[in-house]
Amino acid sequence: MSLFIYAGSMQYVGVGLLDAGASILTTAIATIMINARHLFYSISMIGKYKDTGYYKPYLIFALTDETYSLLCDGIIPEGVNQDKYRFFVSLFNHCYWIAGSIIGSLIGTVLPISTAGIEFSMTALFITAFTEQWLTTKDHVPALVGLLCTLLCLVLFGRDSFLIPAMILITLVLTILRRREEDKV
Amino acid sequence: MKSAALIATMSIVTIMIRFIPFLVFRKSTPKYISYLGKVLPPAIIGMLVIYCLKDISPMENPFGIPEFVAAVCVAGMQFWKRNSLISILTGTVIYMVFIQIVF
Repeated sequence: MSLFIYAGSMQYVGVGLLDAGASILTTAIATIMINARHLFYSISMIGKYKDTGYYKPYLIFALTDETYSLLCDGIIPEGVNQDKYRFFVSLFNHCYWIAGSIIGSLIGTVLPISTAGIEFSMTALFITAFTEQWLTTKDHVPALVGLLCTLLCLVLFGRDSFLIPAMILITLVLTILRRREEDKV
Repeated sequence: MKSAALIATMSIVTIMIRFIPFLVFRKSTPKYISYLGKVLPPAIIGMLVIYCLKDISPMENPFGIPEFVAAVCVAGMQFWKRNSLISILTGTVIYMVFIQIVF
């Protein structure tokens, strides 16, 4: 699953779907609902991935939450070929992901120390990315729109179904703010 | 056999979702879409932060305190050192200590 699907939360749900013997249609719909946010990742990477040549198909395939958070700021270390940098960030993420899945399934049951709470590392990754983009940009409006709209939708729709409303609301608010935001640049 | 079909479905749909925007705007990207491409990343990162913290129950013990303390530490470390690895490691260890020992 890690090799072909390569989408964390989807794989968790996938295990449930396999267990329950879900139909193909149910599976397809569940996948669309859960991974709809990847549409956003792709839209925001169109410009950046424009001239990446033959790396492009893999870059798009490997555009996960984690890869996106590493590459979306568009900052490339100096003196490095940017296509190669993006390619290897994507590829290493994929390798770690697969290696992690294999190691996890092998030692998961015999690990001597409790790993409870290790999942916070993903939260920490996003908070890090958030702080970093906050420090490197002057315009904090989009970041705040993202935070507040999502928070609002979480309160309104509950924790199981707020993500899609949040994406719609974020797009709406950013669209309304477009003129203001573009004047700043 | 059926499992293979389901995994294939998930795989294909996920890949399609990632490729569609690139295929649709292949030739030229409308100004509106490039605008979204510019403002969406920070907004989505903000959304993902909330998404990760969605399971906190502020009204029940432990009131989201472990998450809050660890999150503040991550942001603080990043502000101070600007090293993602240190920030993530510190925050995760603090969180693990909190939920395993303190609460």
